[in-house]
Amino acid sequence: MGRGKVGAPQYQKLDKKATGRIIKRLGGYILKSWKLFTVAILLTLISNQLALMGPMYSGSAIDAITDANGVNFAAVSENIIKMLVCYILSAIMTYFLSILMIRISQKIIYTMRRQVFEKLTTLPVNYFDINATGDIISRISYDIDTVNATLSQDLVQIMTSIYTVIGSLVFMWQISPPMIIVFIITVPISIIFTRYRSKKVRPLFKERSRKLGELNGYAEEMLSGCRTIKVYNREAEIGSRFNKRNKSAMDAYLDAEYYGAAMGPTVNFINNLSISLVMILGGILFMYSTSGAVKAGSIFFISLGGIAEFVQYSRKFAGPINEFANVLHEFQSAFSAAERVFRVIDEPSEPANTENAITLEASSGKVELKNVTFGYSPEKTVLHNISVLANSGKTVAIVGPTGTGKTTIINLLMRFYDANSGSITVDDNNIKSITRSSLRKAYTMVLQDTWLFHGTIYENIVYGREDATPEEVKAAAKAARIDSYIEALPDGYQTVLSDDGVNISKGQRQLITIARAMLADNSMLILDEATSNVDSRTEIKIQQAMNELMKGRTCFVIAHRLSTIQNADLILVIQGGEITEQGTHDELMQSGGFYSTLYNSQFS
Amino acid sequence: MKTVFKYLLPFKYKMSVGLTVKIIGTVVELFLPYILSHILKNVVVEQSIQKILFWGVLMIVCALLACLCNIWANRMAAKVSRIFSENVRRDLFDKTLRLSARKADEFTIPSLESRITTDTYHVHNFVGMIQRMGVRAPILLIGGIAITLIMDSFLALTMIVILPFIFVSVFFISKKGTPLYKKVQTSVDKLIRIVREDIQGIRVIKALSKNEYEHTRFDKSNKALVKDETKAGTVMNGVSPIMTLLMNVGIVAVIALSANRVANHSSDPETVIAFMQYFTQISMSMMFISRMFVMYTKCAASAGRIAEVLNCKDDIRVESKEAYPDINTDHHIVFSNVSFGYTPKYLNLKNIDFSLKRGGTLGIIGATGSGKSTIIKLLLRFYDVTKGAIYIGGEDIRTLSPEELYKKFGTAMQYDFIYNDTILENIRFGRSLSENDILKATEIAQAADFINSFPDGFNHLLSQNGTNVSGGQKQRILISRALASKPEILVLDDSSSALDYKTDANLRLALAKNLRDTTLITVAQRVSSVKDCDLILVLEQGEIIGAGSHEFLLQNCVEYREISESQMGGAFVE
Repeated sequence: MGRGKVGAPQYQKLDKKATGRIIKRLGGYILKSWKLFTVAILLTLISNQLALMGPMYSGSAIDAITDANGVNFAAVSENIIKMLVCYILSAIMTYFLSILMIRISQKIIYTMRRQVFEKLTTLPVNYFDINATGDIISRISYDIDTVNATLSQDLVQIMTSIYTVIGSLVFMWQISPPMIIVFIITVPISIIFTRYRSKKVRPLFKERSRKLGELNGYAEEMLSGCRTIKVYNREAEIGSRFNKRNKSAMDAYLDAEYYGAAMGPTVNFINNLSISLVMILGGILFMYSTSGAVKAGSIFFISLGGIAEFVQYSRKFAGPINEFANVLHEFQSAFSAAERVFRVIDEPSEPANTENAITLEASSGKVELKNVTFGYSPEKTVLHNISVLANSGKTVAIVGPTGTGKTTIINLLMRFYDANSGSITVDDNNIKSITRSSLRKAYTMVLQDTWLFHGTIYENIVYGREDATPEEVKAAAKAARIDSYIEALPDGYQTVLSDDGVNISKGQRQLITIARAMLADNSMLILDEATSNVDSRTEIKIQQAMNELMKGRTCFVIAHRLSTIQNADLILVIQGGEITEQGTHDELMQSGGFYSTLYNSQFS
Repeated sequence: MKTVFKYLLPFKYKMSVGLTVKIIGTVVELFLPYILSHILKNVVVEQSIQKILFWGVLMIVCALLACLCNIWANRMAAKVSRIFSENVRRDLFDKTLRLSARKADEFTIPSLESRITTDTYHVHNFVGMIQRMGVRAPILLIGGIAITLIMDSFLALTMIVILPFIFVSVFFISKKGTPLYKKVQTSVDKLIRIVREDIQGIRVIKALSKNEYEHTRFDKSNKALVKDETKAGTVMNGVSPIMTLLMNVGIVAVIALSANRVANHSSDPETVIAFMQYFTQISMSMMFISRMFVMYTKCAASAGRIAEVLNCKDDIRVESKEAYPDINTDHHIVFSNVSFGYTPKYLNLKNIDFSLKRGGTLGIIGATGSGKSTIIKLLLRFYDVTKGAIYIGGEDIRTLSPEELYKKFGTAMQYDFIYNDTILENIRFGRSLSENDILKATEIAQAADFINSFPDGFNHLLSQNGTNVSGGQKQRILISRALASKPEILVLDDSSSALDYKTDANLRLALAKNLRDTTLITVAQRVSSVKDCDLILVLEQGEIIGAGSHEFLLQNCVEYREISESQMGGAFVE
């Protein structure tokens, strides 16, 4: 029931107002391809009309066979040809319609995906700090898929359903108005049944997929620790915990299935019931019609062909009514999904550059922070009154315990966030008056989390500066002390970096990002050193590469290694969001504060 | 397929009862069109409302009976497939946890995961469906054909001619569609990968102003996905119109042929009406059967993948003492000339030979890939040595049962397993340990302070992989877990790398003080973590290039001295 994949978000029903807004907005997307959509509507109408006419001709054909004067072959063949034409045309049109709808919906979801993605790249960095990656991804995949399914299938289905229900009712009315009474009995049964289905059964199925999702999540989590489970002899214990969840998932399955088991047979029953009633009523009317008690032309008259027709229409009529609630539910899911997608698209982007913002070119690298105070939320500041001057070509090292705001300073320098108060200047220009992209381009960053994307090593290095020549890329790799390693790989620079591909160690990944940074060649450098997971030999290499990179640049270093710090022009000790000590290595050692304690702890 | 379907065997009686009921329900339903034509042909001429009512009500009774039988049988089927799936999943998970490291490597963890989640789901669905539709559809098909053959064999034959077309078109289109949808899935994965990458690298992208570049990269993959989805949809959407058309063509053919037959009195129009009903039923069943074939191939593949794991023969066995005799030794752990290769072609460890006293301490140091962790993996018998032998207390570890072997150990590894549960539970790890032992362990592991700093203390909930605590805190929780059962041998495999120097030093001190009788093995990058060990092994490319105390190695091992010097001026972490 439903298309709920395991792990898909569970959609909440929207209120009326929100639904209206979403429909309007989705309508806007559809209107963009209004020509195709008009054709689609026409195709829907015509193909359904043709499909509805088939049974009518079949009835006439049967009447022609049962003609009082023997079989009327001319009329039979005429009707048969009409039937054939109707059915063939209808099939062709239905097929084209489905292709057309795929085109339209693909166009729409292509646009939606693009909009979401492009929005993502313009969102302020904190959006990604607040929202889980998995949730963002499920918006661009599951949610848009849900919208897609509804646009490409349910939309046509609902139009078809409405047309078919009304159409068959009209045809049945033309055949025999009194026999419509049958539906006064069966339609309410259908309605009760569908209500029962959506109220009672659907939540059970939801629960079922939720439980299954939980079970799968548990299995995946535990398998990731299978070696640990082994060395602690925990197989039996974890196995029994799994099985508890397994049992409960299967209970939910049985609960759902217990009621779900009734669905198919009940739909069948309603169908068969209506045919039986048609036969009772139709049989009686037919009896009087053949005996001559009811004359042709009376509303109570019915022919054998009429009954055949009526039976076929009653089937057509009943189908959509049973499915209606289901399709409506799909629509509701699609609206909630669309709402989640729109919410991303509507997120405010990074504020625009100020008017007359200047483009920073060839900066000298003088950076100054004056009385900077900042908090991610207004009530809780993480940096208090920070003032630092970094002259061109100097190295500023930042040390301090985790969570004291070291990374925050970098966020402010790069304008990922704006300071609450105080100012930051580059070459004596307030960075708020500089365009974001030119400010950021003036920095080179090497971060603790090495970021490489799925692509060749070459692509990953040249990412630093797209117009770099292959020679420059090689030179950068050489400077980063990674060239010989790359050349030794079977595919050299064309080696594809992937999770399952060549095994490239953390240290080597770090060196590749340093090569990328070398290539970018800017006057200012931000280093978030990370060598804790790298062996000493590689670490020495990285350090050499970093030193190379730091030459002649203004550097901000979040330091993990004391050797970097010792040579820094200025060391800032940050504790609790404040600069508690600053000076050169020697000065700080003399003052005997936190820094000297930390430094000496390694010799204890 | 066979392995998995063995799980159905215990239910064969239950299933046969269910199937019988299902058959009754379906056959009853088959009578409906027959009664219908009977009313029109034979009852109406009798001009009796009562008789029409009688036959009409009989139709309703048949319909109701069919409905009830089907519901009952479906519920029965659900019960069967519930227990079936539960058992398959349970055994599969159990077996997966007990796979040897080598086998697990061969399967790979993601593949094992999808076997437990996706494959069992497919098989479960199929077992449910085959019980519901697998019986109904063939009976409707065969029964329908049988009845129509009796009613008018000539007309029935025209329908039978159409059936293969339905089967072929549905089956082949679906078959063709499957790889297309696989391709769609690959494209989706690609697209998601780009989004994930970009979210992770958003700072770098912004720093380099690479928005446009990323837009183009995404756009390419977005377009590819659109193309694949359109293609798959274009093929798969053919099924329904073709199906409907063939069905209607069949009906047209029946009417056309019946005209002649009615004219020469070999048939009657009422039969035609019944035929139209049967034909709808028969072609629907045909469609279901074709779909079932497609589902069967999918299910068979899944069942095969499940069976592969269930039937996997373990390569780690408990050997006899005759084949691997004890040795006479005072030492707790003995590596006797051990060589090992993950593959036969290349030896990752060569001639590792050392002994460690009970209560002694061993440090292993060396570059990434030098074989440090491999030594630990051999000691824990994740893999069997290629040459030589490993003894604990004089017994070859190959003669110990896993329970006996692992009972001796407490291990903490670098990226060890933290799961979504409380700190307490993560330390206890499902063992029966006293609160006191756990408390004591956290104190030694230097974890007590930060745990108590959480408002909910030991009941603080950890997220999957412990992403809500720092690396150093995670490592201390893992060390607590390793300590809590007071093991004979404590293995710390690169498990204090994220601790700052001071905490690390305190940890060493506490270990030395509290675990005098415990044999301690430390694998580390940092010289400071191993320098107090009784024995330090320096590894390079799978070989011991230096062994001895810190002082001895500083004097006699160039590589050790180099590493040591490079680390003076150490690191601030945390």
